[in-house]
Amino acid sequence: MSDHHVMPFKTNLIIFLSLIFLTVLTVYTAKFVDLGTGNIILAMFIATIKISLVLAYFMHLKGDDNMNKVIIFSSFCFIALLAGICYSDLFFR
Amino acid sequence: MSTDKVDRRVDHSFHFESSIHEHESGKQGVWLFMATEVMMFGALFTAYFMYRGKYFESWVEGGALLDWKMGAINTVVLLFSSFTMALAVRETQLGNNKKALKLVVVTTICAFAFLVIKYFEYSGKIHHGLFPSEAMWNYDAQTSNLRLFMVVYFIMTGLHGIHILIGIVLMFWLMKRLKNEEFSKDYYTAVEGVGLYWHIVDLIWIYLFPLMYLI
Amino acid sequence: MSAPGENYINWEKGIWSWLSTIDHKRIALMYFYTILGFFVLGGFFAIMLRTELFTAEAMFMNGNEYNRAMTLHGSLMVFMVIVPGIPALLGNFALPLMIGAKDVAFPKLNLLSWYLLIGGAFIALLSLFWGGVDTGWTFYTPYSSKSADAVTLVVFGAFIMGLSSIVTGLNFLVTIHKLRAPGMTMMRMPLFVWSLYATAIMQVLASPVLGITLLLIVAERVFGVGIFDPNLGGDPVLFQHFFWFYSHPAVYIMIVPAFGVVSEVIATFSQKTIFGYKAIAFSSLAIAFISFLVWGHHMFVSGQSDLAASIFSILTMLVGVPTAIKLFNWIATLYKGQISLDTPMIWTLCLMSNFTIGGVTGLFLAAFATDVHLHDTYFIVAHFHYTMLGGALTGLFSGLYYWFPKMTGRKYHEMQGRIAAIIVFIGFNATFIPQFIMGSQGMPRRYHTYDGIFAPYHMASTIGSYILAFGFLFAIYILIRDMFKGEKTDEKNPWGGTTLEWTTQTPPIHTNFEETPIVTGSPYEYR
Repeated sequence: MSDHHVMPFKTNLIIFLSLIFLTVLTVYTAKFVDLGTGNIILAMFIATIKISLVLAYFMHLKGDDNMNKVIIFSSFCFIALLAGICYSDLFFR
Repeated sequence: MSTDKVDRRVDHSFHFESSIHEHESGKQGVWLFMATEVMMFGALFTAYFMYRGKYFESWVEGGALLDWKMGAINTVVLLFSSFTMALAVRETQLGNNKKALKLVVVTTICAFAFLVIKYFEYSGKIHHGLFPSEAMWNYDAQTSNLRLFMVVYFIMTGLHGIHILIGIVLMFWLMKRLKNEEFSKDYYTAVEGVGLYWHIVDLIWIYLFPLMYLI
Repeated sequence: MSAPGENYINWEKGIWSWLSTIDHKRIALMYFYTILGFFVLGGFFAIMLRTELFTAEAMFMNGNEYNRAMTLHGSLMVFMVIVPGIPALLGNFALPLMIGAKDVAFPKLNLLSWYLLIGGAFIALLSLFWGGVDTGWTFYTPYSSKSADAVTLVVFGAFIMGLSSIVTGLNFLVTIHKLRAPGMTMMRMPLFVWSLYATAIMQVLASPVLGITLLLIVAERVFGVGIFDPNLGGDPVLFQHFFWFYSHPAVYIMIVPAFGVVSEVIATFSQKTIFGYKAIAFSSLAIAFISFLVWGHHMFVSGQSDLAASIFSILTMLVGVPTAIKLFNWIATLYKGQISLDTPMIWTLCLMSNFTIGGVTGLFLAAFATDVHLHDTYFIVAHFHYTMLGGALTGLFSGLYYWFPKMTGRKYHEMQGRIAAIIVFIGFNATFIPQFIMGSQGMPRRYHTYDGIFAPYHMASTIGSYILAFGFLFAIYILIRDMFKGEKTDEKNPWGGTTLEWTTQTPPIHTNFEETPIVTGSPYEYR
């Protein structure tokens, strides 16, 4: 595929090291910094950044056909819908 | 005849216009499949959050029983395997079947390492009576719903582990094809497809690790 | 290039050439036999139920046996007939032809879909040897985790069949995105294709949630780890949330393709451009989206919160709007059209009548307050049979008769076809109108005996069901008999349709088109 973008080794490496750094950050803030309910929110926020890096770079979504982005993004939206409604049902009973 | 095997390094299947057309279609198919994986695991994450909201103390007790160091090592192992898999795709795109093969082998070794660590985790839990079936539960819980936490833990990490196993099978398939030099600069769809699958497995663990081990 | 007289049926011979085929048209024929076979089996259980219910006292089944027959009837019809139904059978045959493609995007996956369906069905039907399952097709926990019957087999079989549905949906989405002929923009696709598109979106997003829910029942039964187990603090209502998150979109997976068939048949048999093409196309997408927002209307009396119930109630009212839009557009298409009442058109007109009743009775159920009284009564049973039998299944038969000449290269007996359709319509309404009445008077569903005051309704319904069964058996007999013995035809366009499948050879050659067609206009350009 002559027009297909080949990701340079350096980019792959930087993403990998960023993921490791973010993992260390997740563990550190969870274990050694007490934010109460903020802890889980922060952990989920960092996790979302990590998966965005994996999706964009390792999975080549950046620069890819837009439909692929729509496909995966909508699956996250529908899960948010399922979780949101179930959760609110449980807590308004 | 259209059902004859097509050498996709030089040709494309009869119902597509070109190799690129076939490649992009195949990729979209894999993304759709990844969407179904998100939906499937997403339901389990929903159950996790619902019960966590209801039985927070049990979730804290359960999280403390899990070894966060083993979880963290597994996270690093999986991230590294994602790195090597991404590099393997890259090497195939450059036409280097042999280098790609080595990288896929490393990825597979990481996958095995993940499962070995998982095995130690699971056997430890079972040994302490923490497997939550009626027959095997034998633990003095401090909170009233610890057993439910362990149900969620085993189901989610178990299903994830099954996906790692499936990934290993796919890796072996790739290794065979890479050894036969079946891929080229112009055809590497299968490698990229398996790569996408492997990254989704990694993605799920990226959420699973903090939710289980770092409460 | 194909030899003269050669088509997709005769160019390769032998059973293995069928079982290993990757030709979407041959796969469609295999689905034809499988799905109609399951339909007859599911119908057999229905007749058993209706016969038992002719009298208030038990006749030949006790409560347990009744529950098993009822569960199997529902599971068979939902998972083995209507969900695969139109997409797997008609969609597989017609979709590539209608978009000018040589096959679907992933022909081998297409064959896998078929094997997954029969494999899953086989596993589910094995449960018959273990006394069957008595939970109802909805498998509610905690009963389904504890019931002694062969729940694991049926549930696991349903899981495999769900995979079949996902793979078909995935295949169709990529096919529609990537394999349209040059010049066929999305806004030039036939409306049947739009309906398959909307359906495929629902199949891909909703089915995995059912899949995991079924696996969780299996896990509870086999490994003893119960995520819905109330003894552990698990929530049985969570099962219902997960189950209906799929099963509500599932009912739209069942009906939206039927709406697609209606659009095609109405246009062709009025010889008129479909009225409101864009509205119909977008209404399919609207239904697909809104279908994910209404599942809680199955749970008004399950203990979910009032807040959730109110939200679901309002959204359910909303979901009727896109369907009504379709109905009005179809009627507008018929107006001043050159209408011919051939068999496909009769089935389609019956669908419009049946589904109107089915849809409108849905409004009684959407309203939280009235649903509380009607839930789990025969009103519900009648409502969903009007939509699923009167709607989806009627659409399947309309499409089968419509594409029959193209699929088989033969003509079916037109007068007999019309008669069968009318017998079905009469039998169907005779069966289910009494059910609306007794349901509104309180007759509960899934009961094998009942209070004597309901006897006249049950008797009428049972008599109706025999007429219905006869009608369907006759309709199926005509199709199968004429597939082999009908008058041969090689007419490319017997109905005067304007979509691409009517430009191909009858029956089509293996690769559909000698040359890829180039599309220059909208799909319904009449006169």
